[in-house]
Amino acid sequence: MSPGAPTGGAGGSGSAKEGAGHWWAQRLTAIALVPLTIWFVPSMAMLAGKSHGAVVAWLGAPLNAILMALLLAVTFYHVWLGLESIIEDYVHTERRHVATLIAMKIAVAVLALAALFAVARIAFGG
Amino acid sequence: MVEFTLPKNSRVVKGKHFAAPEGAGNVKTFKVYRWDPDKGDNPRLDSFDLDLDDCGAMVLDALIKVKDETDPTLTFRRSCREGVCGSCAMNIDGINTLACIQRIDEIKGEVKVYPLPHMEVVKDLVPDLNGAYAQYASIEPWLQTETSAPDGHERLQSPEERERLDGMWECILCFCCSTACPSYWWNGDRFLGPAILLQAYRWIADSRDESTNKRLAALEDPFRLYRCHTILNCTNTCPKGLNPAKAIAEIKKLISTRR
Ligand code: SF4
Ligand code: SF4
Ligand code: FES
Repeated sequence: MSPGAPTGGAGGSGSAKEGAGHWWAQRLTAIALVPLTIWFVPSMAMLAGKSHGAVVAWLGAPLNAILMALLLAVTFYHVWLGLESIIEDYVHTERRHVATLIAMKIAVAVLALAALFAVARIAFGG
Repeated sequence: MVEFTLPKNSRVVKGKHFAAPEGAGNVKTFKVYRWDPDKGDNPRLDSFDLDLDDCGAMVLDALIKVKDETDPTLTFRRSCREGVCGSCAMNIDGINTLACIQRIDEIKGEVKVYPLPHMEVVKDLVPDLNGAYAQYASIEPWLQTETSAPDGHERLQSPEERERLDGMWECILCFCCSTACPSYWWNGDRFLGPAILLQAYRWIADSRDESTNKRLAALEDPFRLYRCHTILNCTNTCPKGLNPAKAIAEIKKLISTRR
């Protein structure tokens, strides 16, 4: 954008020079979710109907705990990015936009931390 | 901002009805959006019954017939009447297309004619394209070079380099695609939209242009470019059969690989 170009304001305040990272992360997390889901769904099917103790023992195994933590982290990151996009699409008034973004980020962060904490607690036998 | 209902003063009310002349054999009804900025009225949908045996084959022919014979105040843009100028773009039977190349007999039942969606209306079927043109100017749609031109001849392209512009030079800037794009409806003030992004890529893909990096940098923005979520309405509706969504994907790819 050359400054003062006769664009009637179409240039806004110039390019934000971001967006590519967001776009990439959305794609990468989506791809990462494929194998994790392929692991997750049969595992849950296998655990259905098992006792509480059996489920805790299964999740306490290092490989399962690591995969579960990964799945949760990637899922919540993907949700975060997706919600960010939706808010950019639909919520426009500047103040409401910022407020919604902050509320969303806090909510997703709290949920993610709670989920990861639960896994850690089981894994480390807390 | 997302709007699911029209503001009160934009609700379309029933308009006048103009019957076909006595003895007309092959009658088809055209329902046409009308709005006059000089009156305070809501927009209305007038219906015109036309005798197709006495009318050209395209929707534009029908509109011209109405203007000539029934209501000279009916307002629309047209120029070339053969799909090369892009001025007669409108929403016909729910699809954005060019009135001059849309055959009447391809439409079942009544023919509904509205201006391009979600643009401000100047009058009747004429949308305000000033914002879209300003966005076009913002991508600097001309060849930019830093090296001096070769002596004695123009900057040459190989046939392969020239071929890369196919599917883009054909764009007539009718804005059927941009006005079919939900992202452009909700964020048209900041998202450039498929028509302009296709044009931006036309210059990025040009082997003679030396501003590629500057062009990509200017596009890397959550709103200008990344509001596109590959919904593909643009590609589905383009009356010239072009693929703006693909051009947008190419821009995103180039930006990702250059970092
Ligand atoms: S890409 Fe097609 S629909 Fe879009 S402005 Fe160009 S010709 Fe019109
Ligand atoms: S592909 Fe992108 S530009 Fe085309 S209609 Fe969808 S969101 Fe709009
Ligand atoms: S009149 Fe030129 S494209 Fe229809």
